[in-house]
Formats: sequence, C-alpha cells, structure tokens
Amino acid sequence: MSKPFNVSMSPHIRSGETTATIMADVIIALLPSVVVGVFVFGARAFAITMLSVTTCVVSEYLYEKILHKPITVTDLSAVVTGLILAVNLYSTAPWWLPVLGGAFAIIVVKMLYGGIGQNFMNPALAARCFLLLSFSRIMTDYPTLDGVSSPTPLVLAKNGEIVDLKALLLGTHSGTIGETSAIAIIIGCAYLCIKGVIKLREPLSVILSTGVFVTFFSLIQGRPVTLNYLAVQMLGGGMLLGAVFMASDYATTPVTPIGQIIFGCCVGFITALIRCVGNGVEGVSYAIIISNLLTPFIEKITVPKPFGLEKERDKK
Amino acid sequence: MKQNTPIERLYNGVIKENPTFVLMLGMCPTLAVTTSAINGVGMGLSTCAVLMMSNLIISLLRKFIPDRVRMPAYIVVVASFVTVVELLMQAYVRSVYTALGLYIPLIVVNCIILGRAESYAGKNPPVASFFDGLGMGLGFTLALTIIGAVRELLGAGEIFGFRVMPEGYVPVSIMVMAPGAFFVLAILTALQNKFKAPSATNRGDKFCSGCCAQCMQKDCGQRERSDEE
Repeated sequence: MSKPFNVSMSPHIRSGETTATIMADVIIALLPSVVVGVFVFGARAFAITMLSVTTCVVSEYLYEKILHKPITVTDLSAVVTGLILAVNLYSTAPWWLPVLGGAFAIIVVKMLYGGIGQNFMNPALAARCFLLLSFSRIMTDYPTLDGVSSPTPLVLAKNGEIVDLKALLLGTHSGTIGETSAIAIIIGCAYLCIKGVIKLREPLSVILSTGVFVTFFSLIQGRPVTLNYLAVQMLGGGMLLGAVFMASDYATTPVTPIGQIIFGCCVGFITALIRCVGNGVEGVSYAIIISNLLTPFIEKITVPKPFGLEKERDKK
Repeated sequence: MKQNTPIERLYNGVIKENPTFVLMLGMCPTLAVTTSAINGVGMGLSTCAVLMMSNLIISLLRKFIPDRVRMPAYIVVVASFVTVVELLMQAYVRSVYTALGLYIPLIVVNCIILGRAESYAGKNPPVASFFDGLGMGLGFTLALTIIGAVRELLGAGEIFGFRVMPEGYVPVSIMVMAPGAFFVLAILTALQNKFKAPSATNRGDKFCSGCCAQCMQKDCGQRERSDEE
C-alpha cells in the first residue's frame, strides 16, 4: 500500500483469489482425469480435448471482439468449459463434434446470456445435451478398448451383470474421456476441497442422494439391490464427474449451504429417476441442467434470515 | 399509403405488422408445426384461408352481432371455416393433414384470427377486412415457411424435401425438435432487431409497433380507432 491511510468503501481486506486463480484450480483438478483418459484412449482423446478447449476460447474471443466487448478469455473460464465438455465426449467423436459443442456452449449458453456468471445453465453440460439430442448415435457410440468392444459399466449394471470395481476405480473400461477413472476424479475433488474452491457437501449430497434414490426406486420395482450395483450407480458413468465439477459450478448452483444440499438431492433424485424408471443409462447431465433451472427457487427459499429480523417477520 | 385499401392491407399484413415477426401472435403453431418448410406452408395457407373467410363474414355481420356476445359469435364463424378447411385437407392433401394433426382444429383458437376479428374485421367494411385477412394470412405463411425452411435445412439437410446440403453433412436433429423452433425464432428476431426491421421489441419511429398504448404517432389510423373504443 503506498499511502498510510486508504480511504475506501469496505471490504478492506481482500483475498488474492480471482476468477482466473479459481479456474486454474479447477483445470488442475481436471488434469488427472484427462491424463487417465489420454492414457486409456490414446492420442485421439488428447486431440478431442485440445480441439474443444481451443474452440471455446476462440469463440469467446471472437464473440467479444465482434461485439466490441471487453475480452475476458484470460479468466480461463472458457478453458474450463472446454475441458468439461471434452471429458464428457467419447474419444471416437468426429472432429467437428467438440467444435460444434464448444461454440454452442460459449456463444449460445454463456455469451448470449451475458457472459461469465450470467448463464443460467452449465454451458458445457448444455452443449453435451445439445449434442446428445442432435447426434444420439455418435454420442452413444462408446469406444472399444484394446480391440475388445465392451459396454460401459452402467450398461452392464443395467443389464444386471457384475462389474469389475477395480477397473471402475482405475479407469480401464469404456466410457467418455474423463469419466472412466473414479480415483482420478476423487484426487481432483480432494484438491478442490483442500483449496476451498468447492465444499465437500456439494458432490457428496449428489452422490449419496443418488444412492438413496436408486435403492428406493429399485426396491419399488422389485429389482435386487446388490452392493456392486449401488457402487456402479454411485461411481460409474458421469456421476462423479458431474458431482464434482458440474454440480459445484458457482454460477448455476445455489450459494446457500442448505440450498447446495437441496440442489444435490434434486440432481440425485432426477438421475435415479432417469436411470431406474426411465429408459436412459446415463442421466447425470440432464439431472444437473434441470436442477440448474431450479437454482433461483432453491436460493429463494433458503435465504438465511438476518439476525434479529425473525421476530418482526413473525409479527406480520 | 392510403389506409384500408387492398394493397395497403396486404403490405400491412405481410411486412408492417407481420403476425409472427412483428405482432408475435400465434406462437403455438409457429413453434410446433414448422419442422419442415412444407408443413409451414400447409399450416400458413390453411390459417390464411380461414382468416380470409372469417374476416369477410365477421365484417358482414359486424352490425348484426350484439357487442356482448361477439366472442362466441366469432368463434362459431371461425370454427365453421376450420371444419371446412380440415375436411378439405383430409380429402385432398392427406400427407399435410397427418403432419399437422391436432394443430388444424386448433386454428379455431389461433389468436391471429380472433385478434384480427376483434381489432379489424369487427369495425371495418368487408372488402378491406377480406384483404386484411389475406395479408395477415400470407404474412403468417411467409414467416412459417422461413422458419420451417431453416429448421429443415439444418435438421435434415433438405428444403421442401430436396437434398441441398453436401453428402457428408450430418443433420443436427435438435433443430427439428422443439428446442430448434425456439433457437430459430429467437435468432430471426435478433437479426430483425439488429437490422432495425419492425418487430414487437423494436419500436422505431418509422414503423407501427402494434402497441397503440405506447405509440405517440397521432396520425396513425390505428390510434384513432383505439381511441374511439
């Protein structure tokens, strides 16, 4: 500080955190998943990831350049969007899929609603659902591993087969680029929690409530609930990835602690509904974007009451 | 341009007060049936036929219909013509009839038709009303065809069933689903605003916004009529 007295409005103590440092933390946390993805699926997974990230950054830059808005690509949020989109894609995707998805995520979902923090829906997930609806055949065409075509763990579990949990943890099974290894995602989650970027209650409420509701729906339908089945539902597919990186997004999830838990339970409920009652195998991405729409309402009912105002409100 | 002449009414319906792009009326069929250009044409023309005839009859009966029961009376007139159109379509253009399905009977409650009956045909002479209906109907047809063509082009790679996109094009099938209708309509409206064309959200001095309460142009015929009410 150059002057001894700094006359200004509060806050006087500022943290060194900026959007860019938080986004950088998220990128670091995503790296283990991407590395495992590249290791399991080969160089094509890396190319898809790079393509997605580049498209997101370039489309944000071009949009702001053309409309003469301040350029915000240095806050790294577009990189995070690109990475999250990429880990949601299969490595066998044609080259234009991440390009179309990235441009849709940034331009339609993020920039048209006013840029970072103004989007009502997670851009990467909205783009994933856009691609899923448009190109359902390509988007569900999971890659073969070591020349052996094997369905994803969730498909196996849906068909009532036993899944190798070791493969589920290490990531040596078929799936999207980033979702295969539970351990890699848990490492990322631990990093984010230690750095204070996300709170553990957000992913935890999603995962636990999914377990509860899956058990609930399965019991209603009279399907046997084995430990293996539950573990696959809670750790397999996009569950962990969604719970850690997407259900904790600042702009599109509630800010109040109770609201975050309610949000997590909403995601868990809708996921279980889609997976057990509906036809789908996955369902986390739809669950999260539907819950995103509920965020304003959840926030509204969980606004903490200011100290001392409760009596006055009761009088009315 | 002189008010209430046939040409002026046609211009008014197609350009100046285009029901879809300017008045933003009849959104339900606009969003629901425009999965292809041919469906847009079919829906537009059937609405146009109903609109012309109902405007004509309502205008002829305008002194006869008591003010207090005008809405039921209008509905009866409109519903009769919708039934005629529905049966004719079922007999002669069966494919369009099946594609449009429920939306043909729903023309009865189409707010463009009731809106024109209420705001124009109920107060103006038959010939002008007939051309008002024709203009509005053509404007509606034009708008639905444009939206349908864009959605068909992106969602199926075709226009009017003819392949126009190159061989390798993979159709973006979300465009022929419900979200695609919102995308296309929103983008077309955004472009309209960008190029300062008349629209419900773009109130220029040059064009009538269709909203008389906020309009300051006293010399507009619409304004005088709304004052008389």
